[in-house]
Amino acid sequence: MYPAAFEYHAPGSVKEALGLLGKHKDDAKLLAGGHSLIPMMKLRLAQPKHLIDLRKVPGLSGIKQDGNVLSIGAMTTHWQVESSALVKSKLAVMSEVAGLIGDPAVRNRGTVGGSIAHADPAADWPAAMIALGAEMVCEGAKGRRTVKVDDWLKGLMSTAVGEDEILVEIRVPVLPASSGAAYLKFPHPASRFAVVGVAAAVTLDGKGMCAKASVGVTGAGTKAVRAKGVEAGCAGKKLDAAAIEAAASKAAEGVDVQADLQGSVEYKSHLCRVFAKRALTEAVKRAGG
Amino acid sequence: MATVAADRLFGKSIKRREDPRFITGRGQYVDDLKLLGMTYAAFVRSPHAHARIRKIDISAATRHPGVVAVFTGKDMTGVNSLPCGWDLRKEKKVPGVMQDLAIVPHMPLTSDAARHVGDPVAVVIADSHEAAVDAAEKVQVDWEPLPAVTITDKAAAPGAPKLHDGAPGNVAFKWEIGDRAATDAAFKGAAVTVKKRIVNQRLVANAMEPRACVARYEDATGDLTLWVTSQNPHVHRLLMCAFVLGIPEHKVRVIAPDVGGGFGSKIFLYNEEVVCSWISRRLKRPVRWTASRREAYLTDAHGRDHVTDAEIALTRDGKILGLRVKTTANLGAYLSTFAPAVPTFLYGTLLNGVYAIPAIHCEVTGVFSNTTAVDAYRGAGRPEACYVLERIVEAGARAAGMDVADLRKKNFIPKFSGAFQTQVAVVYDSGDYGAAWDRMLQMLDYRKFRAEQEAARKQGRLLGIGFSAYIEACSIAPSKLVGALGAGAGLYESGKVRVHPTGMVTVFTGSHSHGQGHETTFAQIVADKLGIPIEQVDIVHGDTGSVAFGMGTYGSRSASVGGTAILMSLNKVIEKGKKIAAHLLEASPGDIDFSGGEFRVKGAPGKSVPFGAVSLTAYVPHNYPEGLEPGLEETSFYDPSNFCFPFGAHACVVEVDRDTGNIKILRYLAVDDVGNVINPMIVDGMVHGGIAQGVGQALWEGAVYDGQSGQLVTGSLMDYALPKADMLPMYETDRTVTPTPVNPMGIKGAGETGTIAATPAVVNAVVDALAPLGVDHIEAMPLTAERVWKIIQGAKSAR
Ligand SMILES: Cc1cc2nc3c(=O)[nH]c(=O)nc-3n(C[C@H](O)[C@H](O)[C@H](O)COP(=O)(O)OP(=O)(O)OC[C@H]3O[C@@H](n4cnc5c(N)ncnc54)[C@H](O)[C@@H]3O)c2cc1C
Repeated sequence: MYPAAFEYHAPGSVKEALGLLGKHKDDAKLLAGGHSLIPMMKLRLAQPKHLIDLRKVPGLSGIKQDGNVLSIGAMTTHWQVESSALVKSKLAVMSEVAGLIGDPAVRNRGTVGGSIAHADPAADWPAAMIALGAEMVCEGAKGRRTVKVDDWLKGLMSTAVGEDEILVEIRVPVLPASSGAAYLKFPHPASRFAVVGVAAAVTLDGKGMCAKASVGVTGAGTKAVRAKGVEAGCAGKKLDAAAIEAAASKAAEGVDVQADLQGSVEYKSHLCRVFAKRALTEAVKRAGG
Repeated sequence: MATVAADRLFGKSIKRREDPRFITGRGQYVDDLKLLGMTYAAFVRSPHAHARIRKIDISAATRHPGVVAVFTGKDMTGVNSLPCGWDLRKEKKVPGVMQDLAIVPHMPLTSDAARHVGDPVAVVIADSHEAAVDAAEKVQVDWEPLPAVTITDKAAAPGAPKLHDGAPGNVAFKWEIGDRAATDAAFKGAAVTVKKRIVNQRLVANAMEPRACVARYEDATGDLTLWVTSQNPHVHRLLMCAFVLGIPEHKVRVIAPDVGGGFGSKIFLYNEEVVCSWISRRLKRPVRWTASRREAYLTDAHGRDHVTDAEIALTRDGKILGLRVKTTANLGAYLSTFAPAVPTFLYGTLLNGVYAIPAIHCEVTGVFSNTTAVDAYRGAGRPEACYVLERIVEAGARAAGMDVADLRKKNFIPKFSGAFQTQVAVVYDSGDYGAAWDRMLQMLDYRKFRAEQEAARKQGRLLGIGFSAYIEACSIAPSKLVGALGAGAGLYESGKVRVHPTGMVTVFTGSHSHGQGHETTFAQIVADKLGIPIEQVDIVHGDTGSVAFGMGTYGSRSASVGGTAILMSLNKVIEKGKKIAAHLLEASPGDIDFSGGEFRVKGAPGKSVPFGAVSLTAYVPHNYPEGLEPGLEETSFYDPSNFCFPFGAHACVVEVDRDTGNIKILRYLAVDDVGNVINPMIVDGMVHGGIAQGVGQALWEGAVYDGQSGQLVTGSLMDYALPKADMLPMYETDRTVTPTPVNPMGIKGAGETGTIAATPAVVNAVVDALAPLGVDHIEAMPLTAERVWKIIQGAKSAR
């Protein structure tokens, strides 16, 4: 499995990378951890003529706190998130999501930005980003712009990033008090990608009622989606087992469930409900409910 | 560890001597070879499951920069079909043949039609691998797609697309074993009978190292060297020279260097190594080819793929009266080297299992389909037999209302040594099936488990246990017998012991190590026997240029057959050594004893001479027996008198997630009896890996073809789920030891036990877990979460 021939570029700054991107346009692809792109190139499903490697661009990797937000550089690896003390103390669910991706080799290479830019329908990050209300920062020749997660995922492997832009940062708000979040997935037995994955973040009010529930579903459809029916079903309720069950029953609504070897539409829809229930139950428990 | 000569190494878990080179990345594999003037091959393969070839246009590919030559099947004049090494025909007097084997052509590059996705039709040779791959995309094949059939029980159905002119109705052969009339009679009077469909799905071997070859022809001498990922280089050489290319065997050297796993898939002669050899002779340049993982999925011989209807007859109190088995075996598009043997003589002959079954009849139809050829895969036929038997025995127990463990105990063949005549031709060597079983139940604490299960069920948890009591047949022999059964080869092994003047020893074995650890275990035998440190012993294998002859490694035969051949040569070395020692000690050879590395005069303490002095004398024969040849080197060929039959008892405890259908293995227990054990650590490794593969088949693995397009949809490691360490439990293992009387070391064989035993144990456990829902059988594997969930849904709605 050899990729088709290509030219390799290793720019030293975002600006230089943007210049190359502007020059080669459709013929170019950005390279992050390479764990989605290179397999596709080896199968010759992708045949970019120019590969622009972001690994030598300074400043794109690392996690820092910026007020109420965790700022994650696009080139931060899954492993960096998984092992970060800052993440563990401020938003532990992020570390858990990272730890469920592939295997250690994948986590040491693959990047958060690469995953979010690639928008694989079975990727884990998109569901978590939806539940946590993340924002993506893109940089282009004209400067930076911020895109809300709900506007980010456009369709199968398609996002809001412009062809002349680079995703540089992912901004994830820290959860308020009395909140809990969880991500649970049914992994593909071969790849470990999510057959179905559900992320839930729940904030309780002073009376223990659900002030806010935010739920993302990945794996089942062509892109990760917000489970609006589940969120509505939770709002204002005391999230006991019956309420969670009732809310979770809406988890497959709005998901364009795709049948494949891992499951029929019926089964995957069912898994959406099961994992929504489990993720909500865990999130509520963590929120102190 | 210290390996002083006084240590007895047989039975010790010494660390594998080959491992430092493997784990530091210094193994020398075929693809590591770099030769001057190397060219690289890329094959053009069929994207269709079935298609006629109208025309192949190679012009654009030929013009691609770096391309040396492009060949199609039409260019390969004078080259014959790849041979099938097992001839099931009545005229050959092969027992059980009901319909002759259809020996269909299997050309190295097909030129009339492609019969499975991946069938090679052309090859591009270039100065670099990249150029070859790029140019291969430029070969234009004008295809006429034809309807395809991939599904086992549809391949021979009326109206199915025909693959070969020589195989009407896509039937490859029909074969039977056992006593049909006696079996019919047993079923007639039986109080309990159960019939179940049991499907053993298709598997991909997935050796870690993909297949590869380098062929180098030397014009000046006419010598051809083929480096190839082979489990049996001499067999490769014989088949390629005598059958396909018609070139002199003594001018061909086949080398199988370090080989990264095979599981059977590297036994066979494949298209690519033949094509590369032929091209190297033609271009007079070395040619290299290494399979991509995708090519491995599409072209390495697959395993299993049986659809079986099995019936068991029992008395009211659970005594087995009869077994009737009807199997359709999917052989794929062509006959791979040993394909017809696997679902016949390696399958039907094992259906007696460890039970006293008075009547058995088994009928097998081999069929062609538009899929990759199927041949031996770890266990080869025996896992299929064990799977059918252990599933139907549990179904029988349920129908008789008996505990599955009690029913088995009631039917075990009692302990014996020497011979047990089965109803399916073979004669078992020695067995104590109840002992292994009892040990397993004791480790399990069976009654306690059933109580826990009862309690768990009350809480709605789905906990289950499954068993398998297996038999396995290793070191298939003697050659005379296998010849009568249709084998084109003998099944002996050679072992040569070369003692150097300084007492160092090089052993040449016809067995081939591709993960088995021969460099360690064989050296243990040698060091023990000669009383020398293991560091003085080297094992050479995998090279027809240095090894006398060899049948290779498969069927768990290396230790029992290959090891015995070495032992025979060691005995000859010692006998000769005694003559030399007697001369040096001025005694008669009959008065010399050899032990601990010293030749001693019996009853005369102090009168001795060390092994090294004797070996030196053999090469510097100044003071030497009259008439004795100098040198100390012996060769032996060992052809066993019978198979060896390892056995054992496995158990698996699972919990099924009601909501998702996901299965978690809570415990896995294995008590194996492989006879005497040379290196327990290595045998444990074999058992562990085998169980992983067996569990893999039960729960995750499966080669799936799209029924419409005939595409292999599980054609990569991202789709085809192999078990990973975190998907498996910690195994609880033990052994009983029942040496075989067949060979002098009492070794039975340990390479395949896990794959044979594990699959039915796991599936039986899931059936048991689902029993409270009314489930009494599961037809198909793997037990993916969805499949199990659907069974749960079906059971719920049936209530
Ligand atoms: C064996 C295996 C198992 C895996 N299992 C999982 C799993 O369980 N869960 C999961 O979520 N993922 C899984 N992955 C995918 C893994 O997480 C990838 O690393 C990830 O999807 C892509 O990240 P990357 O850094 O490798 O991106 P790359 O492969 O380098 O790039 C992917 C795509 O994104 C584009 N891109 C990359 N960075 C940017 C950027 N900054 N701005 C704009 N575009 C950009 C590239 O041009 C390319 O098109 C697995 C991968 C493998 C190989």
